[in-house]
Amino acid sequence: MAGFEPFVRTEHCPDLPPPRGQTGIVHWIRVNLFSSPFNAVLTIASMYLVYVTVVPLFTWGVLNADWTSPNNLDRACQSEGGACWSFIIVRFNQFMYGFYPHEARWRVDTAFAILVISLAALMIERVPYKKYIGLFVIVIYPFLAYFLFLGGGVLEEVETEQWGGLFLTLVLAVVPIAVSLPFGTLLALGRRSEMPIIRSVCICLIELPRGVPLITVLFMSSVVLPLFLPPGTYFDKVLRVLVGMSFFAAAYMAETVRGGLQAIPRGQYEAAQAMGLSYWKMMGLVILPQALKIMIPGIVSSFIGLFKDTTLVVVVGLLDMLNVITAATAHSNWLGTNIEGYVFAAFVYWVFCFSMSRYSIYLEHKLHTSH
Amino acid sequence: MANPDIQPSGASGVSEDAAIQIIGMHKWYGDFHVLKDIDLTVYRGERIVICGPSGSGKSTLIRCINRLEEHQQGQIIVENIELTNDLKGIDAIRREVGMVFQHFNLFPHLTVLENLTLAPIWVRKVAKAEAEEMAMEYLERVKIPEQALKFPGQLSGGQQQRVAIARSLCMNPRIMLFDEPTSALDPEMISEVLDVMVSLAESGMTMLCVTHEMGFARKIANRVMFMDEGEIIEQNEPEEFFNNPKSERTKLFLSQILSH
Repeated sequence: MAGFEPFVRTEHCPDLPPPRGQTGIVHWIRVNLFSSPFNAVLTIASMYLVYVTVVPLFTWGVLNADWTSPNNLDRACQSEGGACWSFIIVRFNQFMYGFYPHEARWRVDTAFAILVISLAALMIERVPYKKYIGLFVIVIYPFLAYFLFLGGGVLEEVETEQWGGLFLTLVLAVVPIAVSLPFGTLLALGRRSEMPIIRSVCICLIELPRGVPLITVLFMSSVVLPLFLPPGTYFDKVLRVLVGMSFFAAAYMAETVRGGLQAIPRGQYEAAQAMGLSYWKMMGLVILPQALKIMIPGIVSSFIGLFKDTTLVVVVGLLDMLNVITAATAHSNWLGTNIEGYVFAAFVYWVFCFSMSRYSIYLEHKLHTSH
Repeated sequence: MANPDIQPSGASGVSEDAAIQIIGMHKWYGDFHVLKDIDLTVYRGERIVICGPSGSGKSTLIRCINRLEEHQQGQIIVENIELTNDLKGIDAIRREVGMVFQHFNLFPHLTVLENLTLAPIWVRKVAKAEAEEMAMEYLERVKIPEQALKFPGQLSGGQQQRVAIARSLCMNPRIMLFDEPTSALDPEMISEVLDVMVSLAESGMTMLCVTHEMGFARKIANRVMFMDEGEIIEQNEPEEFFNNPKSERTKLFLSQILSH
């Protein structure tokens, strides 16, 4: 045998384009939809399933639907086979505000507009003065919103019995969400504390609410709690529900945060300690910022769950959006509009939850610094 | 190595006053007696290399010096402050003692520059601009100023460890502890980290290094210490230690690590 021939490459091989059929739409369809006979069958079956569901839904919801807002309600939605969106259009304001007085609804709008604008400013990267906007949202805004919603002083008072609709839903969701993050974090840190009393208290505060259904917490806070208070003291019903839901949410958040804390390697704690950072600085500057990034999917899941759980307040007689809609479908003018009502409710909930979900994905990408 | 003409080990730059004094110190992990009756005085400006098989307690020993581990018996006095449960004393000692870890432990969510300025700003209360200026100086010293705005995850292991050294130096420590600083590095990156440590030694820093880089030990150490099973078995000047080990265990250990 002559053996191998010595070889030294003197030039680079040029990059060549891939052969035909390796890129483009035909390639994509072949790889993703028809890669095997079984997948081809699945693709065709799925397309058929989409056809039989989407087409009737589209006919019902769009083509044959009644979009008018009639003056004479007896004549509304007489046609068959289509959705009666007139119901939603006519009752829209009630779904949004419940029985909040007409002339005061601008206050709700203003409060939510301020919140949306400040949150948007915080979420968009280019906006300056984030520190001050954040301080405003945390420190001033709660009092401002409280004043606008409840009135008093120069504004006409609105009792919480009149609150309802999407407005109430958002109050019931946003307050516990906002409260649960700081308190949940404190509970999680307390649970990992080396001080036995703090640890036991935190474990109780976490495990008790987590061990019971939210409905029980709501019943407890609205029915049982007043029994323990001295006679004559009165707590507003919405406030009681808010306290109950905040406890519940904080307990769940605490476990999400604890999971995030456990994922941070020991070396990070040691490096921070070795540099002389105190416990709170170590947590605030080194550990929590990293843990938060890991926790985002968990936190947003809790938020989404909490947002949907607000519908349970029906058991204590509050009229959040879903319950206002259910009540409205029972009105004699609108009998048989349950489906439209529920579809609308589902759509609103979906929009909120889906936005939260998308924002969390955006945040994860933005905070991704380890390559 | 970068500085072949560095003067041999000896008493150069070593002063008579003690930077660290450890007297009759014991430590247990549960029932396990990790450190047994440790007596050690480290003089200011001294450079000590600690070696020994894994599990011998060498890392635990230096981690006791800045209280990452708690000792149960005996005394540890660092910069004239005794380590007790008093948090103020622990904080004061940690401000004076820098530490470099095997796995770098840089903060991945902060840029290199932010990693360096974090402790000066929050612990020493230095103004941000001043801290950044100082950080850039130290990055120059470890020869990676151009990486200041990158995140640690974008750097090689050797670069990360150099950043970690610079991060410790930013606190102007009087003592530096190194816990196997090159053990997690790829072979071609070890020398760039050792170069930085050699130049640090030349500047007169008091250093305690747990390492198996025997070339490094010969070059810069005043004293080499061998530990096994929680005890200090032997300590001596590097030439004597390597050429003429006294104890059987030291001889065995040296023959194992130097045989390749």
